[in-house]
Amino acid sequence: MQSSLSSAVTTKAPKLASRISILDVHDVTVAYHRKPVLWDVDLTLTEPCLLGIIGPNGAGKSTLIKAILGLVPLVSGSVQVFGQSVASQRKSIGYVPQRESVDWDFPVSVLDVVLMGTYGSLGWFQRPGATEKAWARQCLDMVGLSDFADRQIGQLSGGQQQRTFLARALAQQADVYFMDEPFAGVDAATEQAIIVLLRKLREQGKTVLVVHHDLRTAPIYFDQVAMLNVRLVAAGPTASTFTDENLHKTYGGRLAILDRLSQAVESQTRTR
Amino acid sequence: MSQFAFTELEIQRAVLTIGVAAVCSVSCALLGCFLLLKRMSMLGDAIGHGVLPGIAVAFILTGQLTSLATLLGAMVFGVLTALLAESLASSNVIAEDSSLGVVYTSLFAIGVVLVSALRYVDLDLNCVLMGQLVLVPRNTIDGFAILGVEIPVAFPTMLLTLVLTLAFLTVFWKELKLVAFDPNLAQSMGYSPKLVNYLLIALIAGTTVSAFEAVGLILVLAVLIVPGASAHMLTDRLAPMLIWSAVFAVSASILGYFTATRGRYALDISGMIAVVLGVQFALVVLFAPRHGLIAKWWRNLLLSVRIAEEEILATLFRAEEAGVVVYSLALKDHGLSSWVIGYAHRKLIKRGLLTTNEAELPTLTETGRHTARNLVRSHRLWESYAGAVLDVPADHVHAIAARIEHYIGPELQDELATTLDQPPNDPHGKSIPPK
Repeated sequence: MQSSLSSAVTTKAPKLASRISILDVHDVTVAYHRKPVLWDVDLTLTEPCLLGIIGPNGAGKSTLIKAILGLVPLVSGSVQVFGQSVASQRKSIGYVPQRESVDWDFPVSVLDVVLMGTYGSLGWFQRPGATEKAWARQCLDMVGLSDFADRQIGQLSGGQQQRTFLARALAQQADVYFMDEPFAGVDAATEQAIIVLLRKLREQGKTVLVVHHDLRTAPIYFDQVAMLNVRLVAAGPTASTFTDENLHKTYGGRLAILDRLSQAVESQTRTR
Repeated sequence: MSQFAFTELEIQRAVLTIGVAAVCSVSCALLGCFLLLKRMSMLGDAIGHGVLPGIAVAFILTGQLTSLATLLGAMVFGVLTALLAESLASSNVIAEDSSLGVVYTSLFAIGVVLVSALRYVDLDLNCVLMGQLVLVPRNTIDGFAILGVEIPVAFPTMLLTLVLTLAFLTVFWKELKLVAFDPNLAQSMGYSPKLVNYLLIALIAGTTVSAFEAVGLILVLAVLIVPGASAHMLTDRLAPMLIWSAVFAVSASILGYFTATRGRYALDISGMIAVVLGVQFALVVLFAPRHGLIAKWWRNLLLSVRIAEEEILATLFRAEEAGVVVYSLALKDHGLSSWVIGYAHRKLIKRGLLTTNEAELPTLTETGRHTARNLVRSHRLWESYAGAVLDVPADHVHAIAARIEHYIGPELQDELATTLDQPPNDPHGKSIPPK
């Protein structure tokens, strides 16, 4: 049993030492009903980092994460994690979906939900035992929710629900984390607590990709940014990438030609 | 007395009929819980209807109505119903619920036509819809008996589906829970939500069809959803929810059987069981200890009494502060009924917070004054906070504070005071009383 986050890292450290890129998104295109939501996206991460994915609504930020994890089909392109297929690297991947994507009336306790983080390492038919339960409690403790372990999840505030999801991700003991708007609908104190936790993960050599909405905090929180608007506008160190020019390219209206193209695609599918 | 006496034959009949009804209700109820939690209740309806052509096709292929062939036929068509509906919806031609509606009604219609074409088949549509629970004890397996009791034909298949259901739930417990709660996470971990879903659908289809002939489609559809819905009102955990749903299914089978058969008229047993399920649900909606309507109403009442008490105390405190006399505690502008205010008034006197002075007017006692001071402190601290930190204009803060003061506990009050650096006055210039 790996009892702390740091020991989890050391066991998997050789992967990083051999200079294989952590994440390699190559030429990825995704379309919903023929309308492209991601177009030709290339993104390579070679060093552990805390990366913010920013862009306007409908820019495909969540879709990028889902495409990397294999939750939506790719029209073209490929994704590799640690130089191998995502399917073979699932145990080193952690995921925090959007909070609204689940039913919070579901009859489970907070601890049950955190325990689900250990399911990935268990495999089919194996049940979580005492070690997994103890680990889940530890993760709950790390986000400061120990006192809420036995509550039904619907009784938590929005911020507490988000922290529950974060504890579940910690329980996954992953090397690369994908988080879909972990700051949505949380209070200022929770936001601080979350960013402290993410930085801790980063210090432990983990890579964290975060879909983020708030442009004011983005340059403070992340050491790398990926600016997305259907196409990847820019990606790299925050200091050199999060520039006015790139912001304007990302937010200043969709790229005109893409717009016209997707309109054409739409009108054709309608007449068909 | 004779009405309540049972002959041996009647007891045997009751046990067999209830046994069959209970066994198939329990499998349906357990599986149905997951449909309910995945917000796919209508899928139960769709599967229940969509399996009919499966029965007919199974007969055409095998030439007989053996239970295993119909079971497989139904499973195939149950999964087919869901698959067709899903692909129709994802092709973006029509909305998801309409695609389900189109698919299952069409499949059911095909089933009806096929069954009507096979005239020589002993498959009565009426019997599919209503079931023939009355006939269960009479339609027994030839030359097969346990302890001298002849076993009904319907029993072995149903027992098989119950065993399959229990095995499925035990083996896939973790996967079912994960997929039902968070299919995205499940898929990102490498569990296939589709595989788990289709296994569930196949099992529901199998259970449905094995229950058809005995209890009928109407009861099957009811028992897939209603016991789970009742159970969810009573508990916040998955395993207890399944157990409760089974308890509701069994008790409805027993109650339904006796209300149908022991009255003056012989009523349809399946129909009666479904009615009992509905009554159980209505009772649970009313009386469930946490989520029931009465419990909610009671909690709201207690809250408004508390608010009324606090309003009375605060009103009297402010009056003392301003040196005016309060003649009436009507408090009309707070939306509290005079009954609640009267009750709160009597409660305050009982608790020793309020008394009447020599002029027969309500006054605060020493403890009452202490509580009231604390309330007014909360109110004014919040007003200051809203004004200073949240930039709410001074003429807007009172209304918010009047509502929020009832929810500020001692911890929050301290926090407000520290944040504001222990302010002496509120935005209206009134002094904030010390603790």
